[in-house]
Amino acid sequence: MSAPDGTKTGMKLTLNIWRQPDATSPGKMHTYQVEDVSEDMSFLEMLDVLNEQLNAAGEDPVAFDSDCREGICGMCGLMINGQAHGPVTTTTCQLHMRSFKDGETITIEPWRADAFPVLKDLVVDRGAFDRIIQQGGYISVNTGSAPEAHSVQVPKEDADRAFDMATCIGCGACVAACPNGSASLFMGAKITHLGQLPQGQAERDKRVVNMVAQHDHEGFGGCTNIGECTSACPKEIPLDVISQLNKDLRTAMKHGR
Amino acid sequence: MTDSHSEFSSDVDSHADAPTIDPDLIDDAIDYYTPGEPIVDAKAPTGPIDQRWSTRKFEARLVNPSNRRKLDVIIVGTGLAGASAAATLGEAGYNVKSFCYQDSPRRAHSIAAQGGINAAKNYKEDGDSVHRLFYDTVKGGDYRSRESNVYRLAEVSTNIIDQCVAQGVPFAREYGGLLDNRSFGGVQVSRTFYARGQTGQQLLIGAYQALERQVAAGTVTTYTRHEMLEVIVAEDEAGQSRARGIIVRDMVTGEIETHLADVVVLASGGYGNVFYLSTNAMGCNVTAAWRAHRKGAYMANPCYTQIHPTCIPVSGPHQSKLTLMSESLRNDGRIWVPKNKADCAKDPREIPEEDRDYYLERIYPSFGNLVPRDIASRAAKYQCDDGRGVGPEVEGVRRGVYLDFADAIGRLGRDAVEEKYGNLFDMYARITGEDPYETPMRIYPAVHYVMGGLWVDYDLQSSIPGLFVTGEANFSDHGANRLGASALMQGLADGYFVLPHTIRDYLADGPFEKLEESHPAVVEAKAAVEERINHFLTVGGTRSVDSYHRELGHIMWEYCGMERTEDGLKKAIDLIRTLKDDFYRNVKVLGTADSLNQSLEKAGRVADFIELGELMCIDALNRRESCGGHFRAESQTEDGEALRHDDAFAYVAAWEFVADGEKPILHKEDLTYTAIEMKQRSYK
Ligand SMILES: Cc1cc2nc3c(=O)[nH]c(=O)nc-3n(C[C@H](O)[C@H](O)[C@H](O)COP(=O)(O)OP(=O)(O)OC[C@H]3O[C@@H](n4cnc5c(N)ncnc54)[C@H](O)[C@@H]3O)c2cc1C
Ligand code: SF4
Ligand code: FES
Repeated sequence: MSAPDGTKTGMKLTLNIWRQPDATSPGKMHTYQVEDVSEDMSFLEMLDVLNEQLNAAGEDPVAFDSDCREGICGMCGLMINGQAHGPVTTTTCQLHMRSFKDGETITIEPWRADAFPVLKDLVVDRGAFDRIIQQGGYISVNTGSAPEAHSVQVPKEDADRAFDMATCIGCGACVAACPNGSASLFMGAKITHLGQLPQGQAERDKRVVNMVAQHDHEGFGGCTNIGECTSACPKEIPLDVISQLNKDLRTAMKHGR
Repeated sequence: MTDSHSEFSSDVDSHADAPTIDPDLIDDAIDYYTPGEPIVDAKAPTGPIDQRWSTRKFEARLVNPSNRRKLDVIIVGTGLAGASAAATLGEAGYNVKSFCYQDSPRRAHSIAAQGGINAAKNYKEDGDSVHRLFYDTVKGGDYRSRESNVYRLAEVSTNIIDQCVAQGVPFAREYGGLLDNRSFGGVQVSRTFYARGQTGQQLLIGAYQALERQVAAGTVTTYTRHEMLEVIVAEDEAGQSRARGIIVRDMVTGEIETHLADVVVLASGGYGNVFYLSTNAMGCNVTAAWRAHRKGAYMANPCYTQIHPTCIPVSGPHQSKLTLMSESLRNDGRIWVPKNKADCAKDPREIPEEDRDYYLERIYPSFGNLVPRDIASRAAKYQCDDGRGVGPEVEGVRRGVYLDFADAIGRLGRDAVEEKYGNLFDMYARITGEDPYETPMRIYPAVHYVMGGLWVDYDLQSSIPGLFVTGEANFSDHGANRLGASALMQGLADGYFVLPHTIRDYLADGPFEKLEESHPAVVEAKAAVEERINHFLTVGGTRSVDSYHRELGHIMWEYCGMERTEDGLKKAIDLIRTLKDDFYRNVKVLGTADSLNQSLEKAGRVADFIELGELMCIDALNRRESCGGHFRAESQTEDGEALRHDDAFAYVAAWEFVADGEKPILHKEDLTYTAIEMKQRSYK
């Protein structure tokens, strides 16, 4: 259907959604119909409509994570028709229904990875990411002990590259997309961000060794250079951060860390 | 005008509209509150303004390093204000517990800030200084902030940049390798540091990493997916009430937990979501602050709301949140609406130049499209109210104005525009499906920030001893309006550089007597939380929580939004009271208490928003003047500009909660300025 100005309104969709009551119970797919979906809705607003519908019918609404709904907090994340964050290079919350057709069937699942257990329906536990950061994803500087900001110059190219890698939102799409369930892209982004800056050098060796150890300990898989991560990444973190990660790891080994 | 307590009422005749009465002297809200004793901030030292912070830091008592790990500090919130405080207090050796409702501390809504952070570094040698940043902030706040707090903010601003750079925050740099600055939010100096359009993200990641470092060091424990639902206030042996802990709900298991401490810090962010639609994240809430308010913390200036002029308009009834487009767009975009109503539905490119009304350039020739946020917002509302808005009709009205880059593209070339604004244009295109390089953007104001919040003294301590409040959750620094790029500065100033000094003066008296879980104050707080949850799950009504939230937002936006009137506010109060009543009797929350239950989470938040909404309207009703973001239609100049009344309203309105269904008590803190002279602003 279309409105006079050409926007699609009133789309009808069939949704196959993973329902799982809690972390320990088994889950399965359920099918729902939604009507009156407009192309201006975001994907999550479409799920809001479904939830209003379920609530009215006395059925438990579908649990899914979101917060900022503007593509920056990294809270949202769904497998949509088998693709992490769906068909467009963006976050699930920034995906809009104009990417879908009237009458389409959409399959919606949570992130699938051993290191991200499902908590309920489409909600997973990504605490492993925080624990990786705890192992060295920082520069040790106590409050108040910092030198004057202009005491160190940083070439613009380095600052820009550090920034690009620091735009990772920690959403976990890279892990969900990877057949090995590896978090190498996430880790590589942090290693490259901090390693690109003069301030990040002192702890560079220790950082990579400890973060990788934690990564493996959490049950993330190893990287076999498939590249699914980078194509799923809403922030377009490039695959070369994984080369950087490996390079830093080799250097650290050489230094006997 | 029946209440004889009114300090104004002795001069006031019973006919409020009698022409002889000075309009300043009318207190429209007197039937809705009880006047209370004045309140003062006893912590700010007197003396020269540039010495006060040093004096206070020196006078604040120290805590012996070996005692620090015996002191438990609870911090609710992991945004800039909370994460920075948790990291710093952890480094100092205190035993910190940090809470947030998201699944990771890194997701607090500070992450969404785009534009930048101010600091008086004067790297551009353009005449900036601590004093000028102080001056701009007080003036920007329309002389409704406390000068000693603002001066301190400007003073510590420079340390923030040093700290962040050392943490590896990748601020924008010039080719020479030094930090770049831009001018932001209508000020005349370039003092804004930025990281492309993602400054909040980069600053928060810095603070988050510092926090996680302390988690590894064992000084901070994080509790993610935990929502604070009550504060515990207990009396010590001497009969002194103190904040001693919080009750939280584990949002995954539903378990209600008690956490006890020597001091509690709320860094729980702003409450813009009382309007339902805002640029805040879905989960932003007032619950932490409101629960503290109900336990004795005063709520200050709750009606001060900042409405941002450049947001993407509402596209339909399904809208769940609004997206901000950076203010920097107004540097090059020209704002207009069609002169003729008949053109409103047309393709804008077909409307000839002579039929366009560049209304900001017309009304404010010297500032044009760069007038302050509140003026730009109100002007857009007036155009749309007048039937000249553009874009889709939502509930019968077109609520949008054009922000046109055709001239800029013609003048600078498409590449230059793309270089400057590319990511914003992409975001706009993704959300609206329209290409802003080809057709003008549509924008409309949206609720963005709240200047109001819990009252705090110079130490950032609320009216409950042992309860400190930082960041957007407090009222302290922005008066009636906040300058662009100053909220990030305040959050980090509070957390890194202010609170760690002031909190030690309080903790020097600790550790306090150990509280048992069986203490009546703990039992009461926990029972209250359980009872509320149980109530929501057993009402068995027919309406969803969201439908109430939407209706509340509608009332607030209509009557307590960009323009407020006596009649409108009184009507809003009635509507909110009816809504509240219906909510408690007719809300429908499915699921159980002992599982992840997002409807239940929302129910608690909406319940608190409803109560806050009423207080915001009472506060707005009391303040019969226009100042900053607060515009009372009754108080304007002949040509429709905001008119402040310093003689009657140069005070902070600090509201005390009494009991459900009873009038709140208003305590006034007089604002006096020794280092700056009050002036009426003019942008014509
Ligand atoms: C879209 C947008 C753009 C902005 N751009 C700028 C800008 O360019 N420059 C600028 O200076 N300012 C900007 N601001 C304002 C600024 O970002 C915020 O005011 C500031 O970041 C607030 O920080 P905070 O730490 O006080 O709160 P937040 O970052 O909102 O953090 C709140 C924390 O409290 C927690 N919390 C809340 N309630 C509870 C509860 N009940 N239980 C447990 N935890 C709870 C949350 O989990 C979160 O961790 C912008 C704001 C928005 C919305
Ligand atoms: S690297 Fe990309 S996909 Fe992975 S967590 Fe970061 S933003 Fe998400
Ligand atoms: S909800 Fe924040 S990135 Fe999607």
